[in-house]
Amino acid sequence: MRKIKELVIERGLLFSALITIAVTVGIILVLSIEAFSFFSEVSIIDFLTDPEWTPLFTNKHFGILSLLSGTLLTSFIAIAFAVPVGLSISIYLSEYAPKSFRRTIKPLLELLAAVPTVVYGFFALMVVTPFLQTFIPGLSSFNSLSAGLVMGIMIIPYISSLSEDALHAVPNSLREAAYGMGSTRLQNSFKVMVPAASSGIIVSIILAISRAIGETMIVAIAAGQQPRLTFDPTVPVETITAYIVQVSLGDVQHDSLEYKTIFAAGITLFVFTFLLNTISYRIRKKFQEKYE
Amino acid sequence: MNNIRKNRLKDQAFKIWGIFCTLLGLVLLAVFIGNILIDGIMRIDWAFVMNLPSRHAEESGIYTALMGSIWVLLLTTLIALPVGIAAAIYLEEYSKKNKLATILEVNISNLAGVPSIIYGLLGLEVFVRIMEMGASVLAGSFTLALLILPIVIVSTREALKAVPKSIRDASFAMGASKWQTVYHQLLPASFGGILTGVILALSRAVGETAPLIVIGALAYVPFAPSSPMDEFSVLPIQIFNWITRPQHGFVENAAAAIIILLLITFVMNGIAVYFRNKWQKKFK
Repeated sequence: MRKIKELVIERGLLFSALITIAVTVGIILVLSIEAFSFFSEVSIIDFLTDPEWTPLFTNKHFGILSLLSGTLLTSFIAIAFAVPVGLSISIYLSEYAPKSFRRTIKPLLELLAAVPTVVYGFFALMVVTPFLQTFIPGLSSFNSLSAGLVMGIMIIPYISSLSEDALHAVPNSLREAAYGMGSTRLQNSFKVMVPAASSGIIVSIILAISRAIGETMIVAIAAGQQPRLTFDPTVPVETITAYIVQVSLGDVQHDSLEYKTIFAAGITLFVFTFLLNTISYRIRKKFQEKYE
Repeated sequence: MNNIRKNRLKDQAFKIWGIFCTLLGLVLLAVFIGNILIDGIMRIDWAFVMNLPSRHAEESGIYTALMGSIWVLLLTTLIALPVGIAAAIYLEEYSKKNKLATILEVNISNLAGVPSIIYGLLGLEVFVRIMEMGASVLAGSFTLALLILPIVIVSTREALKAVPKSIRDASFAMGASKWQTVYHQLLPASFGGILTGVILALSRAVGETAPLIVIGALAYVPFAPSSPMDEFSVLPIQIFNWITRPQHGFVENAAAAIIILLLITFVMNGIAVYFRNKWQKKFK
């Protein structure tokens, strides 16, 4: 009797674990079925090469490149801001700062990642853009610069926290050896610690990129809704995620081509983040073996 | 000699740069919160919390959105909590080191990195359309539950991992079965850790906007939901809607609603940190 009860419970637990697989399968199925029916109406060559994206107009074009360029542009600005700042924070906290300072500041920094993204969107649109406009006169009120910078603030803790963990995991003997050779903290940090923790640092950066690419509300609010193939950070653009939001807010008929476009856009986004996540998982596994 | 001094100088310079970077994010956050408080604090009163949304900014309130958020939060917890904890128990205590375990692990780590808006597309197709729930509280809760499931699983596993092996051995030695060990020893011992993870996951859910917009949650709902099948709005969507309106009065409303949303998020994070500290002491 007890054996049966144990078995039933184990099966129940296993079933719960299998739900996670069902979620992944569900995501892939949903995206590919709708995208497949989209590509039966729009040629995949046009999708990948057409420079215009105007599915909501009468003269329809379906070139993902102009959405993709918006996504990459905002993500690039965010990463270019967050990587140097986040890395400096992690090195400072792990190699310079007193322990008590580190223990109070880390949860505070993680608060930056806990702020809802719609709130950051408000910040970008109402505070950062007007501020930047005072010394960049040509800046449009929707632009990728301020959206990207604010997104950078949001992802700082992803980089600083994970990199700091990686630096912290480097065996102390390396640190002692470097100091024993007479190096300063700076030399120790950049010539010994950062190379030793490089895989962990790379993982943190990849995760931050993946986070930036999938970020929605900041860009939907502050970057605009005008898909265009440009790398000018001062003009309005539209990202893949912002497009999905734009369509979802409107009244789009199910089974219409417009409805299917959001799944085609979604699968593009999914492929990018999936690749990044897989790479980071691989590196992380390799890294764990190295020190354990 | 000259070289040594140069290196010391560089070292000092980096230290100052490090402090600057560390404070940069926090100062920006402080500036921002200050800004929001100036914009919105005067707008918050009892009427703002209890009023229904309206075309006129001064008469508008957040009642329906707040109720929607509470409904979604409760249902999301009810769905994600049992499944997430059960899955974590399986992975940590039952599963053997085989191929299935590896697949499950890779898969969960991948799910944690899927953008939230993709969960919205999944929810739209599966819950709203195929299961015919419509853009209801229930469909929204299922979507958010799937979204936070990986977070709940990972943090529950961490909490279970932290329970010393001696407790398991002692329980088995007393003749307890596996489930008895889990239920009577491991779950109570890891309760604080699990709670921390769950609260953090829920604080993430309460701020989510994009997936709920995608499944069709509305910006304007005349009444608070009274059953899981009702249409709904949530605070972040209400904020988003107010931000996108040009009239100044709505900006003030958005700022005021943001204060309330941030208050909820920060309080939840504070509680989580409190439990984490309390619980970490227990095993040290």
